[in-house]
Amino acid sequence: MKIGKARVPYLLLLPGFAFLFTFFILPIINLAQTSTQTPVAGGDTGEYEQSFAFSNYINAFVDNREQFGRSFLYATLATIFALAIAYPLAYAIAFKSGKFKNILLVLVVAPFFTSFLLRTVAWKQILGEEGFVVPTLRSLHVISEQTTLTSTAFAVVAGMTYNFLPFMTLPLYASLERIDPRTIEAAGDLYANGLTTFRRVTVPLSMPGVVAGTLLTFIPAAGDYVNAAILGSPNTKMIGNVIESRYFKIVDYPTAAALSFTLMAAILILVTLYIRKAGTEELV
Amino acid sequence: MSNDAISARGDLRLTRITKSYGDFTAVDDLTLTIPKGSFFALLGPSGCGKTTTLRMVAGLEEPTVGSIHLGDTDITTTRPYQRPINTVFQNYALFPHLSIFENIAFGLRRRGIKDVKEQVDKVLNLVELPHLAERKPTQLSGGQQQRIALARAIVNRPALLLLDEPLGALDLKLRRQMQIELKWIQREVGLTFVHVTHDQEEAMTMADTIAVMNEGRIEQMGSPADLYDNPETAFVANFLGQSNLIKARIEGTDGDNLVIDIFGQKISMPKKRSHAVDNSMYAGIRPEKFRISLVGTPTRGNTLTGGHIEDVSYIGVSTQYVVAMPWGQELMVFEQNDDGVAPFDKGDEVVISWEPTFTFGLRGDEDVDAGTEVNPEEPAEE
Repeated sequence: MKIGKARVPYLLLLPGFAFLFTFFILPIINLAQTSTQTPVAGGDTGEYEQSFAFSNYINAFVDNREQFGRSFLYATLATIFALAIAYPLAYAIAFKSGKFKNILLVLVVAPFFTSFLLRTVAWKQILGEEGFVVPTLRSLHVISEQTTLTSTAFAVVAGMTYNFLPFMTLPLYASLERIDPRTIEAAGDLYANGLTTFRRVTVPLSMPGVVAGTLLTFIPAAGDYVNAAILGSPNTKMIGNVIESRYFKIVDYPTAAALSFTLMAAILILVTLYIRKAGTEELV
Repeated sequence: MSNDAISARGDLRLTRITKSYGDFTAVDDLTLTIPKGSFFALLGPSGCGKTTTLRMVAGLEEPTVGSIHLGDTDITTTRPYQRPINTVFQNYALFPHLSIFENIAFGLRRRGIKDVKEQVDKVLNLVELPHLAERKPTQLSGGQQQRIALARAIVNRPALLLLDEPLGALDLKLRRQMQIELKWIQREVGLTFVHVTHDQEEAMTMADTIAVMNEGRIEQMGSPADLYDNPETAFVANFLGQSNLIKARIEGTDGDNLVIDIFGQKISMPKKRSHAVDNSMYAGIRPEKFRISLVGTPTRGNTLTGGHIEDVSYIGVSTQYVVAMPWGQELMVFEQNDDGVAPFDKGDEVVISWEPTFTFGLRGDEDVDAGTEVNPEEPAEE
């Protein structure tokens, strides 16, 4: 059978599109339908019917404002901390590591060889009473004898920072590594000292990596529930935890669906604003 | 000291500079003075140490041994941003995130100059690209980027402008045009230019003084005409243009001339043009200095008989002959086509002759192939 040349690109698109349609588009339509359902009068638990109850959205949001706010606060903090840790790391790997470059890159992704869940549980051990962190900080009087680290916002943000660090590091590394070292030399040649060169040349040229890394950290962090579930307490519940419990514990599908859509919309709006800001002017 | 460096002016003096990387010596005990206001070229093949030398002057590398002075100021260990020296980088290294205007203003702003517009506009006019001020570097052609890189450097009016193979990425025609413009701009702004290149024609077109470098050392330094007319080593004779180097023996002297034996035939040359240290010598003659005559026609000056035309290549402005000599060597002869015809054919029995003053003498223990095996089109060392 002869295939017209013009059709080849569409054929190449077909498998990916079929996959996305089956596993993303269809479920999301289903989710949209669920989000406006109400319980069947006198029906069993988990039995819902379509009634286009858009008030589900308002109720879901009003009831969980706090968790929404916390999600975006924690995700923002985790993104900032990850950026603060990843930038020097990526910089060192890109410019200063010499022959150790590949080893260091492997080390950056090494955590992925273990399960996400397991690593988060390990953090619970590290920050727990039996770990070395708490006794050390207590003996240094950084924290008081009564203070614990697990089940705190600190632990949740620390866990998220740790878990999403590679997503921040790799795009940063990729964009730093692409910088022509001669442009750095040129800045020095043109009377810029090390700090000015960094501020005026290195940082602006690495902005694509900063934008990509912060998005890859912020988006999953905002919807994350594992860190809050394992390292947090009821006071550190994020929106992901609410959705999880609505689905699996309370069997309140419409609220869970409405929350999911609200989260998605909120992330989309924030990301669009951010990219617009980062894309049109230097963030520094 | 380093605060004064920025205002240092005067001749650039490199004193006994050595730069080693592990076992490899890139620059070997180099001493050099570049007078203020000159257009100086460091010429040599890939890996000869010319770029390393330039980077040490720029402050991007530190010499292993030796010192660098600008006027009376020692700048050997001064940081690059504290030197009154600017560089036109090989691949231009323009800042891709800044407009052309901001690229050029970069150096002025770093020195705290607030009102940059007038100066930036002036250099943009000098390089004839005032309409591109608001573009980004990627929107410019290679030739335009090259000029902006030059403008970005000269706007600072440095004591010294370094050019690292600045024309290497341009096509031949544009390169020739830029060579003339660079020379003109240098006269216009009156700065000291130090130009690194592997292209001998480029160096000869632009520079007042050329230092030919080979294996980390300077082989010979002088004006383009000096280097071409009277090379001191086989490397210089071969790297700058082409040379016929003929095995010879010094038989004696005759006034200011030497009497030379070439496989049984006697020639003469001025004593002062010989760089031989004993009786053995290579007699050097440039291909265009030879004249060819048929056997039996009158000749002037030095003559060598017994040759025959081995090959003829007509290349328009001249004809290139390969003349086979009785001792087995093939000599290259370029004849101007000023009479419109190629008078010699393959197989003709000929005599070659030349004016004795065009002869240069090299040491008899030279490697006659030095400087010929290097490929001048190779990219420069990193």
